[in-house]
Amino acid sequence: MSDAAALEAVWAVLRGVADPEIPVLSLVDLGVIRNVSLEGTLVEVGLSPTYSGCPATSVIRADVAAALTAAGYVPRVKDVLSPPWTSAWITPEGCEKLRAYGIAPPEFPVTRPAALHTPVKNPACPLCASRDTELISEFGSTPCKSLHRCLACLEPFDCFKCI
Amino acid sequence: MSAVIAAGTAHPTYLYTLRLADTALVLAQRLSAWIGHAPAIEEDLGISNIALDLIGQARLLYGYAGELEGAGRSEDDYAYLREECDFLNATMAELPNGDFGATIVRQCLMDIWRLETFERLAASSDARLAAIAAKAVKEIRYHLKYSSGWLVRLGDGTAESHRRVAAALGDLWPYVHEWFVADEVETALAADGVAPAVDDLKAAFEARLTPILCEAQLERPLDVAYRWFGKRAQHSEHLGLLLAEMQSLHRAHPGASW
Repeated sequence: MSDAAALEAVWAVLRGVADPEIPVLSLVDLGVIRNVSLEGTLVEVGLSPTYSGCPATSVIRADVAAALTAAGYVPRVKDVLSPPWTSAWITPEGCEKLRAYGIAPPEFPVTRPAALHTPVKNPACPLCASRDTELISEFGSTPCKSLHRCLACLEPFDCFKCI
Repeated sequence: MSAVIAAGTAHPTYLYTLRLADTALVLAQRLSAWIGHAPAIEEDLGISNIALDLIGQARLLYGYAGELEGAGRSEDDYAYLREECDFLNATMAELPNGDFGATIVRQCLMDIWRLETFERLAASSDARLAAIAAKAVKEIRYHLKYSSGWLVRLGDGTAESHRRVAAALGDLWPYVHEWFVADEVETALAADGVAPAVDDLKAAFEARLTPILCEAQLERPLDVAYRWFGKRAQHSEHLGLLLAEMQSLHRAHPGASW
Protein backbone atom coordinates (compact mmCIF):
# COMPACT_ATOMS: atom_id res chain seq x y z
CA MET A 1 0.00 0.00 0.00
CA SER A 2 1.37 3.44 -0.88
CA ASP A 3 1.78 6.07 1.82
CA ALA A 4 -1.17 8.02 0.46
CA ALA A 5 -3.38 4.94 0.40
CA ALA A 6 -2.29 3.99 3.92
CA LEU A 7 -3.14 7.47 5.19
CA GLU A 8 -6.46 7.37 3.33
CA ALA A 9 -7.27 4.14 5.18
CA VAL A 10 -6.84 6.02 8.47
CA TRP A 11 -9.11 8.82 7.25
CA ALA A 12 -11.67 6.20 6.29
CA VAL A 13 -11.68 4.94 9.89
CA LEU A 14 -12.11 8.52 11.15
CA ARG A 15 -14.98 9.14 8.73
CA GLY A 16 -16.71 6.27 10.46
CA VAL A 17 -16.55 7.91 13.90
CA ALA A 18 -19.77 9.80 14.66
CA ASP A 19 -20.04 12.96 16.69
CA PRO A 20 -21.49 11.81 20.04
CA GLU A 21 -24.09 14.57 20.19
CA ILE A 22 -25.00 14.90 16.52
CA PRO A 23 -24.55 11.30 15.32
CA VAL A 24 -25.38 12.07 11.68
CA LEU A 25 -22.10 13.96 11.48
CA SER A 26 -18.77 12.21 11.38
CA LEU A 27 -15.84 13.89 13.10
CA VAL A 28 -14.42 14.59 9.66
CA ASP A 29 -17.68 16.35 8.66
CA LEU A 30 -17.47 18.40 11.83
CA GLY A 31 -13.97 19.58 10.92
CA VAL A 32 -12.43 18.75 14.29
CA ILE A 33 -9.75 16.42 12.88
CA ARG A 34 -6.89 18.79 12.22
CA ASN A 35 -4.09 16.51 11.14
CA VAL A 36 -3.29 12.86 10.81
CA SER A 37 0.11 11.27 10.55
CA LEU A 38 1.02 7.64 10.21
CA GLU A 39 4.22 5.79 10.98
CA GLY A 40 3.90 2.04 10.76
CA THR A 41 0.82 1.34 12.84
CA LEU A 42 1.35 4.45 14.99
CA VAL A 43 -1.30 7.08 14.18
CA GLU A 44 -1.16 10.58 15.55
CA VAL A 45 -4.39 12.56 15.32
CA GLY A 46 -4.68 16.28 16.12
CA LEU A 47 -8.15 17.17 17.44
CA SER A 48 -9.68 20.61 17.97
CA PRO A 49 -12.45 21.09 20.52
CA THR A 50 -15.49 22.96 19.18
CA TYR A 51 -16.08 24.79 22.47
CA SER A 52 -13.66 25.03 25.41
CA GLY A 53 -16.19 23.42 27.72
CA CYS A 54 -17.87 21.01 25.33
CA PRO A 55 -18.44 17.82 27.34
CA ALA A 56 -18.33 15.81 24.09
CA THR A 57 -14.63 16.57 23.62
CA SER A 58 -13.41 13.84 25.96
CA VAL A 59 -15.88 11.38 24.43
CA ILE A 60 -14.64 12.29 20.94
CA ARG A 61 -11.05 11.74 22.04
CA ALA A 62 -11.91 8.31 23.46
CA ASP A 63 -14.02 7.35 20.41
CA VAL A 64 -11.19 8.21 18.01
CA ALA A 65 -8.72 6.17 20.03
CA ALA A 66 -11.13 3.23 20.26
CA ALA A 67 -11.95 3.23 16.52
CA LEU A 68 -8.28 3.35 15.55
CA THR A 69 -7.38 0.63 18.04
CA ALA A 70 -10.16 -1.57 16.69
CA ALA A 71 -8.77 -1.04 13.17
CA GLY A 72 -5.35 -2.27 14.29
CA TYR A 73 -3.59 1.04 14.82
CA VAL A 74 -1.80 2.41 17.86
CA PRO A 75 -3.44 5.81 18.31
CA ARG A 76 -2.12 8.98 19.87
CA VAL A 77 -4.68 11.76 20.12
CA LYS A 78 -3.45 15.30 20.68
CA ASP A 79 -5.38 18.51 21.31
CA VAL A 80 -4.83 21.33 18.84
CA LEU A 81 -6.00 24.68 20.21
CA SER A 82 -4.61 27.11 17.69
CA PRO A 83 -6.02 28.33 15.40
CA PRO A 84 -9.33 27.80 17.16
CA TRP A 85 -11.99 25.63 15.57
CA THR A 86 -14.50 27.52 13.50
CA SER A 87 -17.92 26.43 12.28
CA ALA A 88 -16.66 27.29 8.78
CA TRP A 89 -14.71 24.00 8.94
CA ILE A 90 -17.88 21.93 8.87
CA THR A 91 -17.77 20.38 5.41
CA PRO A 92 -20.47 21.13 2.80
CA GLU A 93 -21.60 17.49 3.15
CA GLY A 94 -21.72 18.03 6.91
CA CYS A 95 -23.94 21.09 6.44
CA GLU A 96 -26.31 19.08 4.25
CA LYS A 97 -26.44 16.28 6.83
CA LEU A 98 -27.24 18.82 9.54
CA ARG A 99 -30.08 20.28 7.50
CA ALA A 100 -31.51 16.84 6.76
CA TYR A 101 -31.30 16.06 10.48
CA GLY A 102 -33.34 19.18 11.33
CA ILE A 103 -30.53 21.50 12.42
CA ALA A 104 -29.93 24.69 10.46
CA PRO A 105 -26.25 24.75 9.46
CA PRO A 106 -24.05 27.73 10.40
CA GLU A 107 -24.46 30.52 7.88
CA PHE A 108 -23.74 33.94 9.27
CA PRO A 109 -20.61 34.77 11.22
CA VAL A 110 -21.16 36.12 14.72
CA THR A 111 -21.18 39.89 14.58
CA ARG A 112 -18.36 41.90 15.97
CA PRO A 113 -19.48 43.00 19.41
CA ALA A 114 -19.37 46.60 18.22
CA ALA A 115 -22.39 45.65 16.13
CA LEU A 116 -23.96 43.44 18.77
CA HIS A 117 -27.42 44.83 18.30
CA THR A 118 -27.51 44.93 14.55
CA PRO A 119 -29.97 42.32 13.41
CA VAL A 120 -28.46 39.55 11.33
CA LYS A 121 -30.33 37.58 8.72
CA ASN A 122 -32.38 34.79 10.19
CA PRO A 123 -31.39 31.19 9.50
CA ALA A 124 -33.56 29.28 7.08
CA CYS A 125 -35.90 26.71 8.62
CA PRO A 126 -34.35 23.25 8.01
CA LEU A 127 -37.82 21.78 7.55
CA CYS A 128 -39.59 24.16 5.15
CA ALA A 129 -36.66 26.41 4.08
CA SER A 130 -38.54 29.59 4.99
CA ARG A 131 -36.46 32.58 6.11
CA ASP A 132 -39.39 33.80 8.15
CA THR A 133 -37.87 32.61 11.42
CA GLU A 134 -37.08 34.12 14.79
CA LEU A 135 -34.58 33.55 17.56
CA ILE A 136 -35.92 31.97 20.75
CA SER A 137 -32.62 31.73 22.60
CA GLU A 138 -28.92 32.30 21.92
CA PHE A 139 -28.24 29.01 23.66
CA GLY A 140 -29.81 25.69 22.75
CA SER A 141 -29.46 22.15 24.01
CA THR A 142 -25.69 22.13 23.50
CA PRO A 143 -23.14 24.98 23.51
CA CYS A 144 -22.85 24.84 19.74
CA LYS A 145 -26.50 25.47 18.97
CA SER A 146 -29.03 28.29 19.27
CA LEU A 147 -32.79 27.83 19.39
CA HIS A 148 -35.14 29.27 16.74
CA ARG A 149 -38.74 29.13 15.65
CA CYS A 150 -40.11 29.04 12.11
CA LEU A 151 -42.97 31.47 11.64
CA ALA A 152 -44.05 29.78 8.41
CA CYS A 153 -44.36 26.13 9.52
CA LEU A 154 -44.38 26.99 13.25
CA GLU A 155 -41.78 24.34 14.12
CA PRO A 156 -38.99 25.13 16.57
CA PHE A 157 -35.49 24.20 15.39
CA ASP A 158 -31.83 24.27 16.44
CA CYS A 159 -29.27 26.24 14.49
CA PHE A 160 -25.55 25.46 14.58
CA LYS A 161 -23.93 28.66 15.89
CA CYS A 162 -21.41 30.41 13.74
CA ILE A 163 -18.14 30.82 15.60
CA MET B 1 -2.55 37.65 52.15
CA SER B 2 -2.11 34.56 50.08
CA ALA B 3 1.00 32.54 50.57
CA VAL B 4 1.48 32.45 46.84
CA ILE B 5 1.61 36.25 46.57
CA ALA B 6 3.49 36.84 49.79
CA ALA B 7 6.23 34.49 48.73
CA GLY B 8 6.92 36.82 45.82
CA THR B 9 8.72 34.05 43.99
CA ALA B 10 5.91 32.79 41.79
CA HIS B 11 6.25 33.53 38.12
CA PRO B 12 4.02 36.46 37.01
CA THR B 13 2.61 34.48 34.07
CA TYR B 14 1.65 31.68 36.45
CA LEU B 15 -0.14 34.08 38.79
CA TYR B 16 -1.85 35.85 35.93
CA THR B 17 -3.03 32.56 34.38
CA LEU B 18 -4.32 31.44 37.77
CA ARG B 19 -6.25 34.72 38.15
CA LEU B 20 -7.93 34.19 34.80
CA ALA B 21 -8.71 30.56 35.63
CA ASP B 22 -10.05 31.29 39.11
CA THR B 23 -12.27 34.10 37.83
CA ALA B 24 -13.75 31.81 35.17
CA LEU B 25 -14.30 28.93 37.60
CA VAL B 26 -15.82 30.98 40.43
CA LEU B 27 -18.15 32.82 38.06
CA ALA B 28 -19.19 29.49 36.53
CA GLN B 29 -19.94 28.11 39.99
CA ARG B 30 -22.16 31.11 40.74
CA LEU B 31 -23.97 30.85 37.41
CA SER B 32 -24.54 27.12 37.89
CA ALA B 33 -26.76 27.92 40.88
CA TRP B 34 -29.35 29.20 38.37
CA ILE B 35 -29.80 25.73 36.89
CA GLY B 36 -33.38 24.78 37.61
CA HIS B 37 -34.12 28.24 39.00
CA ALA B 38 -33.93 30.62 36.03
CA PRO B 39 -37.10 32.50 35.06
CA ALA B 40 -37.60 30.39 31.90
CA ILE B 41 -36.06 27.26 30.45
CA GLU B 42 -34.31 29.29 27.73
CA GLU B 43 -32.53 31.34 30.39
CA ASP B 44 -31.73 28.18 32.31
CA LEU B 45 -30.03 26.85 29.17
CA GLY B 46 -28.41 30.17 28.35
CA ILE B 47 -26.86 30.64 31.78
CA SER B 48 -25.77 27.02 32.12
CA ASN B 49 -24.16 27.12 28.67
CA ILE B 50 -22.21 30.21 29.66
CA ALA B 51 -21.13 28.43 32.84
CA LEU B 52 -20.03 25.45 30.77
CA ASP B 53 -17.90 27.63 28.49
CA LEU B 54 -16.35 29.25 31.55
CA ILE B 55 -15.49 25.87 33.07
CA GLY B 56 -13.91 24.84 29.78
CA GLN B 57 -11.83 28.01 29.72
CA ALA B 58 -10.86 27.48 33.37
CA ARG B 59 -9.71 23.92 32.61
CA LEU B 60 -7.45 25.06 29.78
CA LEU B 61 -6.02 27.82 31.97
CA TYR B 62 -5.48 25.55 34.99
CA GLY B 63 -3.74 23.07 32.72
CA TYR B 64 -1.32 25.76 31.64
CA ALA B 65 -0.90 27.09 35.19
CA GLY B 66 0.00 23.58 36.30
CA GLU B 67 2.72 23.35 33.67
CA LEU B 68 4.10 26.77 34.59
CA GLU B 69 4.15 25.93 38.28
CA GLY B 70 5.80 22.59 37.61
CA ALA B 71 4.63 21.07 40.89
CA GLY B 72 2.48 18.41 39.27
CA ARG B 73 -0.85 19.96 40.24
CA SER B 74 -3.85 19.03 38.10
CA GLU B 75 -6.95 21.04 37.17
CA ASP B 76 -8.82 19.32 39.99
CA ASP B 77 -6.07 20.11 42.50
CA TYR B 78 -6.41 23.80 41.70
CA ALA B 79 -10.19 23.80 41.74
CA TYR B 80 -10.90 21.54 44.68
CA LEU B 81 -7.89 21.46 46.95
CA ARG B 82 -7.00 25.08 47.48
CA GLU B 83 -8.20 27.38 50.25
CA GLU B 84 -9.94 30.71 49.99
CA CYS B 85 -6.66 32.54 50.58
CA ASP B 86 -5.14 30.82 47.50
CA PHE B 87 -7.86 31.87 45.05
CA LEU B 88 -7.00 34.84 42.86
CA ASN B 89 -10.34 35.50 41.16
CA ALA B 90 -11.71 38.99 40.65
CA THR B 91 -13.98 39.73 43.61
CA MET B 92 -17.07 40.41 41.49
CA ALA B 93 -17.17 36.80 40.33
CA GLU B 94 -17.75 35.51 43.87
CA LEU B 95 -20.59 37.87 44.81
CA PRO B 96 -23.96 36.21 45.39
CA ASN B 97 -26.24 36.07 42.36
CA GLY B 98 -28.99 38.32 43.71
CA ASP B 99 -32.03 38.33 41.45
CA PHE B 100 -31.93 37.54 37.73
CA GLY B 101 -31.37 41.23 36.95
CA ALA B 102 -28.34 41.44 39.24
CA THR B 103 -26.90 38.27 37.68
CA ILE B 104 -27.33 39.84 34.23
CA VAL B 105 -25.65 43.10 35.28
CA ARG B 106 -22.68 41.21 36.75
CA GLN B 107 -22.49 39.04 33.64
CA CYS B 108 -22.57 41.99 31.26
CA LEU B 109 -19.85 43.88 33.15
CA MET B 110 -17.66 40.80 33.39
CA ASP B 111 -18.29 39.80 29.76
CA ILE B 112 -17.16 43.20 28.53
CA TRP B 113 -14.06 43.12 30.72
CA ARG B 114 -13.22 39.55 29.80
CA LEU B 115 -13.84 40.15 26.10
CA GLU B 116 -11.53 43.17 26.03
CA THR B 117 -8.92 41.24 27.99
CA PHE B 118 -9.05 38.07 25.89
CA GLU B 119 -9.16 39.92 22.56
CA ARG B 120 -5.82 41.48 23.51
CA LEU B 121 -4.49 38.26 25.01
CA ALA B 122 -5.09 36.55 21.68
CA ALA B 123 -2.10 38.60 20.47
CA SER B 124 -0.02 37.79 23.57
CA SER B 125 3.68 37.05 23.25
CA ASP B 126 2.87 33.90 25.25
CA ALA B 127 1.69 31.50 22.53
CA ARG B 128 -0.27 29.26 24.89
CA LEU B 129 -2.25 32.11 26.47
CA ALA B 130 -2.82 33.49 22.97
CA ALA B 131 -4.28 30.17 21.79
CA ILE B 132 -6.55 29.79 24.82
CA ALA B 133 -7.71 33.39 24.47
CA ALA B 134 -8.42 33.14 20.74
CA LYS B 135 -10.68 30.20 21.50
CA ALA B 136 -12.38 31.91 24.44
CA VAL B 137 -13.05 35.15 22.57
CA LYS B 138 -15.49 33.41 20.25
CA GLU B 139 -17.41 32.13 23.25
CA ILE B 140 -17.36 35.38 25.24
CA ARG B 141 -18.86 37.25 22.28
CA TYR B 142 -21.92 35.07 22.57
CA HIS B 143 -22.00 35.59 26.32
CA LEU B 144 -21.96 39.35 25.87
CA LYS B 145 -24.60 39.18 23.19
CA TYR B 146 -26.80 37.36 25.68
CA SER B 147 -26.06 39.50 28.75
CA SER B 148 -26.19 42.86 26.96
CA GLY B 149 -29.43 41.87 25.23
CA TRP B 150 -31.01 41.11 28.60
CA LEU B 151 -29.57 44.22 30.22
CA VAL B 152 -31.22 46.37 27.55
CA ARG B 153 -34.53 44.54 27.93
CA LEU B 154 -34.53 44.87 31.71
CA GLY B 155 -33.16 48.41 31.88
CA ASP B 156 -35.53 49.65 29.21
CA GLY B 157 -38.34 47.40 30.43
CA THR B 158 -40.80 48.02 33.24
CA ALA B 159 -40.31 50.46 36.09
CA GLU B 160 -39.64 47.49 38.38
CA SER B 161 -37.07 45.81 36.11
CA HIS B 162 -35.36 49.16 35.60
CA ARG B 163 -35.25 49.82 39.32
CA ARG B 164 -33.72 46.43 39.99
CA VAL B 165 -30.95 46.51 37.39
CA ALA B 166 -30.13 50.14 38.21
CA ALA B 167 -29.72 49.16 41.87
CA ALA B 168 -27.60 46.12 40.94
CA LEU B 169 -25.38 48.26 38.72
CA GLY B 170 -24.76 50.63 41.63
CA ASP B 171 -24.01 47.73 43.98
CA LEU B 172 -21.61 46.03 41.57
CA TRP B 173 -19.80 49.06 40.24
CA PRO B 174 -17.23 49.35 43.07
CA TYR B 175 -15.96 45.87 42.17
CA VAL B 176 -15.01 47.01 38.66
CA HIS B 177 -12.20 49.04 40.17
CA GLU B 178 -9.70 46.21 40.69
CA TRP B 179 -9.80 45.29 36.99
CA PHE B 180 -8.19 48.57 36.07
CA VAL B 181 -5.53 48.98 38.72
CA ALA B 182 -2.39 47.21 37.62
CA ASP B 183 -0.30 45.51 40.26
CA GLU B 184 3.27 44.24 39.88
CA VAL B 185 2.09 41.10 38.09
CA GLU B 186 0.15 42.92 35.38
CA THR B 187 2.75 45.66 35.03
CA ALA B 188 5.53 43.14 34.47
CA LEU B 189 3.50 41.11 31.98
CA ALA B 190 2.33 44.17 30.05
CA ALA B 191 5.96 45.20 29.63
CA ASP B 192 6.73 41.78 28.17
CA GLY B 193 3.71 41.81 25.86
CA VAL B 194 2.22 38.84 27.68
CA ALA B 195 -0.84 40.59 29.16
CA PRO B 196 -2.71 43.70 28.01
CA ALA B 197 -1.95 47.06 29.56
CA VAL B 198 -4.62 47.82 32.12
CA ASP B 199 -5.03 51.44 31.02
CA ASP B 200 -5.97 50.35 27.49
CA LEU B 201 -8.46 47.92 28.95
CA LYS B 202 -10.21 50.58 30.97
CA ALA B 203 -10.76 52.86 27.98
CA ALA B 204 -11.98 49.96 25.86
CA PHE B 205 -14.28 48.74 28.64
CA GLU B 206 -15.90 52.15 28.97
CA ALA B 207 -16.25 52.51 25.21
CA ARG B 208 -18.06 49.22 24.93
CA LEU B 209 -20.20 49.70 28.03
CA THR B 210 -21.45 53.21 27.27
CA PRO B 211 -23.74 52.40 24.30
CA ILE B 212 -25.18 49.36 26.12
CA LEU B 213 -26.02 51.44 29.20
CA CYS B 214 -27.43 54.15 26.98
CA GLU B 215 -29.73 51.72 25.22
CA ALA B 216 -30.70 50.21 28.57
CA GLN B 217 -31.58 53.69 29.88
CA LEU B 218 -29.07 53.24 32.68
CA GLU B 219 -26.54 55.71 34.00
CA ARG B 220 -22.93 54.82 34.62
CA PRO B 221 -22.47 54.97 38.38
CA LEU B 222 -19.90 57.31 39.87
CA ASP B 223 -16.64 55.81 41.05
CA VAL B 224 -16.44 55.46 44.79
CA ALA B 225 -13.55 55.11 47.18
CA TYR B 226 -13.93 51.39 47.59
CA ARG B 227 -11.11 48.95 47.17
CA TRP B 228 -11.23 45.23 46.90
CA PHE B 229 -8.59 42.99 45.37
CA GLY B 230 -9.67 39.42 44.89
CA LYS B 231 -6.86 39.07 42.37
CA ARG B 232 -4.49 39.51 45.33
CA ALA B 233 -6.48 37.00 47.38
CA GLN B 234 -8.29 39.69 49.36
CA HIS B 235 -11.79 38.32 49.15
CA SER B 236 -15.26 39.16 50.34
CA GLU B 237 -16.88 36.94 52.94
CA HIS B 238 -18.77 35.16 50.17
CA LEU B 239 -15.95 33.16 48.60
CA GLY B 240 -15.43 30.86 51.58
CA LEU B 241 -19.02 29.64 51.48
CA LEU B 242 -18.92 29.22 47.72
CA LEU B 243 -15.80 27.06 47.96
CA ALA B 244 -17.19 25.05 50.87
CA GLU B 245 -20.07 24.00 48.66
CA MET B 246 -18.06 23.57 45.46
CA GLN B 247 -15.33 21.51 47.11
CA SER B 248 -17.41 19.43 49.52
CA LEU B 249 -17.72 16.35 47.33
CA HIS B 250 -14.08 16.24 46.34
CA ARG B 251 -12.95 16.73 49.93
CA ALA B 252 -15.31 14.06 51.23
CA HIS B 253 -14.15 11.55 48.60
CA PRO B 254 -10.62 12.53 47.60
CA GLY B 255 -9.50 11.04 44.33
CA ALA B 256 -12.92 9.60 43.53
CA SER B 257 -13.67 9.19 39.84
CA TRP B 258 -16.70 8.17 37.82
